[in-house]
Amino acid sequence: MIQVESLCVQYGAAIALDGVSLHVSAGEKVALIGANGAGKSTLLNALSGIVAKKSGTIRIDGRWAHVPEGRQLFSELSVEDNLRLGAFCASDRNPAWIYELLPELAPRRRQRAGSLSGGQQQMVAIGRGLMARPDVLAIDEMSLGLAPLVVQRLAAQLLRLNSERGLALLLVEQSARLALSLCDRAYVFETGRVVAQGAAAELRDSPFVERAYLGGPLEEAS
Amino acid sequence: MSAFLSYLVHGISVGCGFALIASGIIIVYRVTRVVNLAQGMFSVVAGFAASSLLGLGLPHGLAELVAIATAAAVGLATGCVATAKPGTSPQASLIATLGVGVFAYAVEILTWGDQPRSFSGLSGAYEFLGTDVPKQYLLVTLVTLVVFGALEVFFERTYAGKVLSACASNPYAARLQGIRVVRMGLYGFALGGALGGVAGVLLTPVQPVSYDSDVSLFVNGFAAAILAGLKRPVLGLLGGVVLGIAESMVAGYAKASYQSSLALLLTLAILVTQAARREALHAVEE
Repeated sequence: MIQVESLCVQYGAAIALDGVSLHVSAGEKVALIGANGAGKSTLLNALSGIVAKKSGTIRIDGRWAHVPEGRQLFSELSVEDNLRLGAFCASDRNPAWIYELLPELAPRRRQRAGSLSGGQQQMVAIGRGLMARPDVLAIDEMSLGLAPLVVQRLAAQLLRLNSERGLALLLVEQSARLALSLCDRAYVFETGRVVAQGAAAELRDSPFVERAYLGGPLEEAS
Repeated sequence: MSAFLSYLVHGISVGCGFALIASGIIIVYRVTRVVNLAQGMFSVVAGFAASSLLGLGLPHGLAELVAIATAAAVGLATGCVATAKPGTSPQASLIATLGVGVFAYAVEILTWGDQPRSFSGLSGAYEFLGTDVPKQYLLVTLVTLVVFGALEVFFERTYAGKVLSACASNPYAARLQGIRVVRMGLYGFALGGALGGVAGVLLTPVQPVSYDSDVSLFVNGFAAAILAGLKRPVLGLLGGVVLGIAESMVAGYAKASYQSSLALLLTLAILVTQAARREALHAVEE
């Protein structure tokens, strides 16, 4: 579904991605984990065509939607307008099914998106992404700044879409624990490279990942 | 009383022209975050073009429409120069629009000369409470109301209007939805050009235009636009009419040369208070 081969991206002299290869198959749940500035968001922006690649290849079969970090809503516009704008490239702009999926948004459809709580804004952002009827949905830092309960509810809905409609998920998370518990596979990013990859269960048990991203002994010592 | 009424009527119609220019400034700003300093020039071009076309024998109505279309094309061209290069910052674009405005002086002088031009609009007047209300003033007001009604429907009710608003609200997110933000900005410039053109063809019979009329048109339009907080065109209508009436009163009861100072003073006052408010906001955030 998504096939990336030796992708390099540069911002001026700074190398943001340095020979990244990865793939996401149809219906798969894949996590990208790593510290801030490791290149995860750059990869999503490259897949969205927002940043130009220097070399390498990107192939996306099917529709792709990208829920950016920080939600990036059209905050002056209503919830409904935000959702409908998500369907800019799709043929069906009726958001009724999003309100069924995320019922909290239904009574707020006329409200300004910027006036919602953080969790509700994240719902609008995800809803807007889903309005493009994607085959793959990428979500950048879904859990950032949200209460654990809200994250759990959103995650449950995403897993439902994954199992019922075969929606592939690409989750970018600093919270490695969450990402590894939701996904089948994961890639670990460090300074623009993939330094580890494999099944989520294996990575969870690997001492390297545990030390660097799950708050192992090293972090406790410092 | 009758002097007051005639100042009021004049103020409203001139204010409608300011409002049309303000709406052009607001729309370009909303879609691109660029303050278009060439906005007044669109009106001048349309006024000149209409006077030439009428001189060539085109009938009223058609001549004005062609002039408005010309202004829209000039708006589009201005947008291309100012924003089409990917990654141009709004500040750089602003300077580019200034450059386009100055360049336009040369073209206008070469094409139409340096003398003020005008053409006759609707002739005749209605009598209202002992005051003559020229039909052209009514036409200006009526057309302005229709244009603002259409703008309100376009931005609040149509998908295309929402798409343009989205570009201004969050260009990055707009691009993620597959919206071509630069192209939408060019549509914004073309629309701004057309609105400036409407103002030009309506105002030229009331006040002759010369190549450098764009400065006073822009200053008044900009004052009306920031009175509206550069947000909704409809608020620009209110700002423009208030400003037009105020200036007409100043010109009538005090001195005509004071009226453009009024717009400048008002602009300054609004900018200073807004800046102070923003400073206060930053202080609270910190």
